[in-house]
Amino acid sequence: MLTANVDRLRSDYDVVVVGGGPAGMGAALAAKEAGAEKVLMVDREKEAGGILLQCIHPGFGLHHFKEELTGPEYAQRYLEQVLETDIDLATDSYVLDIDKNNRVKLMSGRHGVREIETKAAVLAMGARERTRGAIRTPGKRVSGVLTAGLAQKFVNLMGVLPGNRAVILGSGDIGLIMARRLTLEGVEVVGVYEIMPHANGLNRNIVQCLHDFEIPLHLSTTVVDIHGQDRLEAVTVAPVDGFTPDLSRSQTIPCDTLLLSIGLIPDNELARQLNLRFDPVTRGPLVSSTMETSKNGVFACGNTVHIHDLVDFVSQESELAGHNAGLYVTGQQPPPDNVRLVPGENVGYCVPQTISTDRDHTIYMRVRKPMENCVLRLGDVYEKKIRYVFPAEMVNVKVRPKFLQNFHGDNLRLDVVPQEG
Amino acid sequence: MYYDVVVVGGGVIGCAIARELSRYRIATALIDKESEVGFGTSKANSGIIHGGHHSSPNTLKGKLEWEGNQLWDDLCDELGFGFKRIGELTVALNSDQLPTLDKLQRQGEAKGVPGLERWDRDRIQAEEPHITEEAIAALFAPTTGVINPYEACFGLAENAVANGVALYTDSPVTDLSFDGETWTIQTPDATLHSRFVLNCAGLYADKLAEMAGVRSFSIRPRKGEEYLLDKRLQGFVKRVVFPCPTPVSKGTLVIPTFDGTLMVGPTAEMIDDKEDLTTTAEGGQKVFDFVTRMVPGISPRDCIAEFAGLRAVADGEDFIIGPTAKKGFINVAGIQSPGLTAAPAIATMLADILKDEGLSMEEKEDFVPSVPKPIHFASLSTDEQIALAEKDPSYGRIVCRCEFVSEGEILDAIRRGAKTLDGIKFRTRAGMGRCQGGFCTGRCMELLSRELEIPLTEITKRGGETWVVRSRKEEVASC
Repeated sequence: MLTANVDRLRSDYDVVVVGGGPAGMGAALAAKEAGAEKVLMVDREKEAGGILLQCIHPGFGLHHFKEELTGPEYAQRYLEQVLETDIDLATDSYVLDIDKNNRVKLMSGRHGVREIETKAAVLAMGARERTRGAIRTPGKRVSGVLTAGLAQKFVNLMGVLPGNRAVILGSGDIGLIMARRLTLEGVEVVGVYEIMPHANGLNRNIVQCLHDFEIPLHLSTTVVDIHGQDRLEAVTVAPVDGFTPDLSRSQTIPCDTLLLSIGLIPDNELARQLNLRFDPVTRGPLVSSTMETSKNGVFACGNTVHIHDLVDFVSQESELAGHNAGLYVTGQQPPPDNVRLVPGENVGYCVPQTISTDRDHTIYMRVRKPMENCVLRLGDVYEKKIRYVFPAEMVNVKVRPKFLQNFHGDNLRLDVVPQEG
Repeated sequence: MYYDVVVVGGGVIGCAIARELSRYRIATALIDKESEVGFGTSKANSGIIHGGHHSSPNTLKGKLEWEGNQLWDDLCDELGFGFKRIGELTVALNSDQLPTLDKLQRQGEAKGVPGLERWDRDRIQAEEPHITEEAIAALFAPTTGVINPYEACFGLAENAVANGVALYTDSPVTDLSFDGETWTIQTPDATLHSRFVLNCAGLYADKLAEMAGVRSFSIRPRKGEEYLLDKRLQGFVKRVVFPCPTPVSKGTLVIPTFDGTLMVGPTAEMIDDKEDLTTTAEGGQKVFDFVTRMVPGISPRDCIAEFAGLRAVADGEDFIIGPTAKKGFINVAGIQSPGLTAAPAIATMLADILKDEGLSMEEKEDFVPSVPKPIHFASLSTDEQIALAEKDPSYGRIVCRCEFVSEGEILDAIRRGAKTLDGIKFRTRAGMGRCQGGFCTGRCMELLSRELEIPLTEITKRGGETWVVRSRKEEVASC
């Protein structure tokens, strides 16, 4: 069954899905179900599954499968469904380019360099981690400074450790997960340092990965210098006031490893080559309520569009993208959106960026600052009380036409404001 | 081992000299303290082949700058490294700076640098719309080029070795002695004997001269921090943009690198520590404050990587090239900017000096001037890519997605001598893009491990103690 999926590569497809992580698999399956006959899913690694394959910890699938799975288990559930269909699967393959006539240029160890025609494409390339350069951490150019995701790959896939004594900069989820993972492997984790006054990872990860292992989290603190000649020997940390470090209160910590968990950025080489319109906040392409980008027939989903904290929401969004790609190629796509969503008070961004007042929507958004007892408002047509919001936890809201149809304008504002009284 | 010439230092100067000497029937060795050539100052500079007009014709460096400039085209054809003459603009932001432009133009014209042009505001805006409108005039020099300096080192050394030069890496000189006839050069692993020692030791040229007993100068490092920007800014400026220079530095530049990324820098700061390659918050601030005045659309937010390099500055600021009181010990020292530009001219100069010093230099008939050009898969045409991937499937497999580097290119780099992650990075660009190796480091390590038959734990970033991973603890791993 596996060989049937991976051996065939046609010269034309209805839908080509770029990326075989959770977003790609969800989209490919949904496209098939919606009526696309010839579907190809492309993944650069030897096995589909994406970053989930290195996430061997549990905590996946609570929303989507209603049970707790590890990353590889979550990926396997989807992969098995893909393999039961006649979706073609090009692993060890890379999409170099999609041109304006929807010709996909693919290179692969198995198939060589090939050009393929497609009616629609779904971009599901995921994200990459921000690096030392992105925050311009001063100091020496030593070995031992690496992103948390690379450390995760070393430990979980390659069976080696990044060092003996680690400091973690940034409290993103991968950093928190790796604090626990390294501790379990006998690496001493000195602490997690976060420049913001609040953590950037999920609360459950703070509890399960730091508190349970007595790893300190230092808020409003950052790394201001990196020491060592060849290998990292120490870092200097200092508390910050805003973003300005107070060097008079700095402290030098001996360590041979510095993990960076300072955020993810949508991986969007292809989207840029396609000249899609971008959202400057998400740094991903703008999408409509059908997850279609600014180019007809090109859809996008998952971390390529905006960074998610839970894979379950990636799956949900990707099924929507794949479903609509399927409808697009069978000529059944719904009428275009008629309202633009505008982030207002304490809303950093929202996805999708446009909606239709005639359909149901799930709107995903991220707030700028933590808030308790607040209310989420869509113009004056809908509101929902929320007990608390954090920048680290994506907020989602389902809205129905019965509310939306009361709106008669072009720009619908989203606000998260304190409850009155 | 007995040699006619031992070149100490495998930076671009040592590599260019070794390659030049490999034309002759003499036994030459090139030794370097690092794991690979070009790992010192030569890998961490602005990558500019200067136009020829920046240094005064009355200095040695001024003379060699223009001579060297003209030799790079042939070298590039023969060795296949990245080099392109994109031209430069030296920009005046106020009328006080106009005399500096005049001086540079006269200096260039005196040396015979062709094509220098004075541009007014309109011309600047028409050609480079992202340069500030405050720029009232500029001097355009078409002779300026950009180069991948580390690729030049690798190409020169590879070609030298192919023509018989012995290359010793990881070989710092631990002792140096002279018996009146022959020099003995001791490294941790080898004892070399030679009639001539060429001191191309860069920052440590003063130390080597001291070991030889002929120290007559000091080398102090002048640090330059450089900041690489995201490919989003590709084509933002098309030429190297210089401010009007000051006495100590050509200033902070906006450099469209050979690979299409924009780089801004360097700073110029005299320091004492010859190993101080730190980048600093102040340095970064200075660079961005400065360049945004010339090109306002650049933002620190676009920074993907930063590094620092140390210029080897001798007392008096000029190059120190020539024989010393000890027969056979020849200095090639204080080669700061424009040293990269001057390198090929310095190499031919050294061949002449060796002849003058009595070395019999007979040209080889079988000298091969070129090396097989490294394949850059991403820049081939689709038909070429299809054919190549069919012949060798490893070229169809992408390892570095940011810079589109295939497995075939990485294997080729390892076969050409890459032993470290930096060696792969500087030869292929794998790990140099926006993810800075986040995705491809693991794969590059697996390929190095397989090809060199070493465990992952022995792989280094750039040799020495720059190890990357260690093995799991057995007692933990088994539970």
